[in-house]
Amino acid sequence: MVLQSSLKNCLHLSYILRTPKAGFRSTTSGSLIIQSTSNDVYQNLAVEDWIHDHMNLENRQVLFLWRNSPAVVIGRHQNPWQECNLRLLRQKNIKLARRRSGGGTVYHDLGNINLTFFTTRKKYERMENLKLVVKALKALRPQLDVHVTDRYDILLDRQYKISGTAAKLGRTAAYHHCTLLCNADKFVLSSVLKSPYKGLKSNATPSVPASVKNLFEEDPSLTCEMLLDAIAEEYATQHQIDHRITFNPADETVLPGINNKTKELQTWDWVYGKTPKFSVSTCFNMVYKDSVLDVKVDMDVKHGRIEVCNIDLPEQWLPSALCGELVKSLTGSKFCPNETSTLATTLLRVCPQDDELHSRWNLLCENMIMLM
Amino acid sequence: MAAVTALRSSCRAAGRLVCIHRVRSCSSIRFIKSKYVCVFDKSALKFSHQQRLFRTSAVSCGQIVQFKLSDIGEGITEVTVKEWYIKEGDSVSQFDSICEVQSDKASVTITSRYDGIIRKLHYNLDEIAYVGKPLVDIEIDASKGVAPEEDVVETPPMSHEEHTHQEIKGHKTLATPAVRRLAMENNIKLSEVVGTGKDNRILKEDILNYLAKQTGAILPPSPKAEIIPPLPKSETVPAAPKDKARKIPVPVSRPVVFSGKDKTEPITGFHKAMVKTMSAALKIPHFGYCDEIDLTQLVQLREELKPLAQIRGVKLSFMPFFIKAASLGLLQYPVLNASLDESCQNVTYKASHNIGVAMDTEQGLIVPNVKNVQVCSVFEIASELNRLQSLGSAGQLGTNDLTGGTFTLSNIGTIGGTYAKPVILPPEVAIGALGKIQVLPRFNGKGEVFKAQIMNVSWSADHRIIDGATMARFSNLWKSYLENPASMLLDLK
Repeated sequence: MVLQSSLKNCLHLSYILRTPKAGFRSTTSGSLIIQSTSNDVYQNLAVEDWIHDHMNLENRQVLFLWRNSPAVVIGRHQNPWQECNLRLLRQKNIKLARRRSGGGTVYHDLGNINLTFFTTRKKYERMENLKLVVKALKALRPQLDVHVTDRYDILLDRQYKISGTAAKLGRTAAYHHCTLLCNADKFVLSSVLKSPYKGLKSNATPSVPASVKNLFEEDPSLTCEMLLDAIAEEYATQHQIDHRITFNPADETVLPGINNKTKELQTWDWVYGKTPKFSVSTCFNMVYKDSVLDVKVDMDVKHGRIEVCNIDLPEQWLPSALCGELVKSLTGSKFCPNETSTLATTLLRVCPQDDELHSRWNLLCENMIMLM
Repeated sequence: MAAVTALRSSCRAAGRLVCIHRVRSCSSIRFIKSKYVCVFDKSALKFSHQQRLFRTSAVSCGQIVQFKLSDIGEGITEVTVKEWYIKEGDSVSQFDSICEVQSDKASVTITSRYDGIIRKLHYNLDEIAYVGKPLVDIEIDASKGVAPEEDVVETPPMSHEEHTHQEIKGHKTLATPAVRRLAMENNIKLSEVVGTGKDNRILKEDILNYLAKQTGAILPPSPKAEIIPPLPKSETVPAAPKDKARKIPVPVSRPVVFSGKDKTEPITGFHKAMVKTMSAALKIPHFGYCDEIDLTQLVQLREELKPLAQIRGVKLSFMPFFIKAASLGLLQYPVLNASLDESCQNVTYKASHNIGVAMDTEQGLIVPNVKNVQVCSVFEIASELNRLQSLGSAGQLGTNDLTGGTFTLSNIGTIGGTYAKPVILPPEVAIGALGKIQVLPRFNGKGEVFKAQIMNVSWSADHRIIDGATMARFSNLWKSYLENPASMLLDLK
């Protein structure tokens, strides 16, 4: 039995370790199972960073259990425009996060559980971790047909992906994290992970799409809590741990410096600015009054900012000086709808005050914004 | 003597601790000096004038070491280089992050094993790098030792330095300068630490383990592990050795050196557009007119109406009242809602009162406007403001909301301030800045002192088409509506 205990007024996790639980012997291995009480993807990712940077993993291993409210998480070297429908994310208020480990894009919600295995760099061993998960699942429901592929995915019924993996290795520490689909919203998942943006060319790590299935669909009696418990149980057995610690990732007394890490993960420069260089080359139609116009746009985006911009409009539709102004202002600005709309509308103040001109300008800018 | 001391300290490493007690052993110094002269060429003596090594000039007297890509684990032999954190010519310290590589869903941060200057990057972005092959060339300052680790390839040129120290100190402890410094910072006697390296050499891990046992803490013991504030650009934040360049304990007489640097950034995007707009605005001859408004009655009215609005799902602030009152005033003084063309030949009196509300967002100042205030009720204005505010904070304001404004109000008082000098946003001709509401003593009609809710307003207007008298009359009208909200009822359409 793995006891749960929560961190209330205690300072460091070390304090908990040193305080023997009444009637239970304190952990002999020094390894830990910890669970976050937060569903904020940024806070939870910050915990991973924190443990990676500050915890001494020489003689211990840590299993971190967490779940997030709806969020899309892209890999360290991925391109969010390529990977997901950013417009839909903004509309539905689904967060976008970039994690520090590699790999592909995943959709998280409360029906998906996340597991992070922390070890020293030398003891980094993904297969072992995934086999542990499969063992736990089989112990819970022996009839489940789950196995680990050599791409480090876990498949259900040899067909459906229920878990994806990613890892981060630092100088001395390493972590391997994976998802596990219990009861996620597959409809939202498939709609947000489909990118509407055309004409993108980049060297960013692409995701490999896969058919997914929830474990809940296979066995409706399963819940996220049961899966978490089963996996924690298996880990506890293998590492001689007798209790699980729950904690609040926003608590600076437990994790000093955590809030800075959380903030950093939310900055535009991290989420979008870390996108490897890419180019956009596309054309679209604009309907204006009774005519349809063809517009061709070419842009190079580096660090999330427009390095080079070229807009090809039908001749004289907009005064070329004005068009030039728009292109000049876009150059160097963020490849971001908010930035573009505020920039474009601010520029309009110094243009000739002509309603016709204004409506054409607004139409062009709205279409440009649709690309971002 | 001083020169030799300096030479010794610089030879230790840039910015490392100078052990006071070592200076005292004069007899040995001469011995070391001659040893150094044998090992180095003359150019090393250039460093003697500095106690602290500033690597601004490329003094290439050091040896170039090829830093090879170390084993990733899991039998991986090749990785893709995804991001470089440094470029050729940058100086790095041991444990600084050099690059990020990716292999099969694993992202690996490669950190430097040496202190030195990057002389060559062997791969470009997105190229495949091989384990065991050179990743970067680092020029190591020849006076420094290479920290011995299990899989270092080159023999450290300074290994005999450590033996020499051993003799001076009278201890038999073997440890690199970095490890010694770490021990010193944490007040640890090296003699008490068990060394687990070759020849019982004390490694950094030994110090950390020793400290962990002392405090029982999991966390790295040194408070100088820069948890707050985080160091820029580095993925891993190891303990103390990282900040050796910045933490030199200084003898009392030495002045504090400020090592901050100016940072230049290009002005881009939105700010570039603001530069244009504000430069154009400055061409408008502004005049200002300020006044004080007694909002005591309005404050009371709002308190009564707030719950009613809440029931309808709208948050009611003071702005809807200010905006509606302004619109009523503009009906009487339409020149304030006008626009002057570029050549200043024609004035256009705008029919719609699209009153802009300045908003402070993460990006900076944006001014969405409420359209056609002249036909909106106070409640409608309030709900529209709610919509604009939530879109503004989410960064989702559309072009329609941001264009077409004819008059602007800026409620800077929510942040603070009393009187201001607002700048007119072209193509408009007037703007008002509202200060904060303060409780101040005022005299009433009977000559008694009472508590009044006072707010200051500062108007700016385009003196080419608006004169002071017009502005003053408009302001008085606006003020009378707000000081006596019931009077608004008479003129509401």
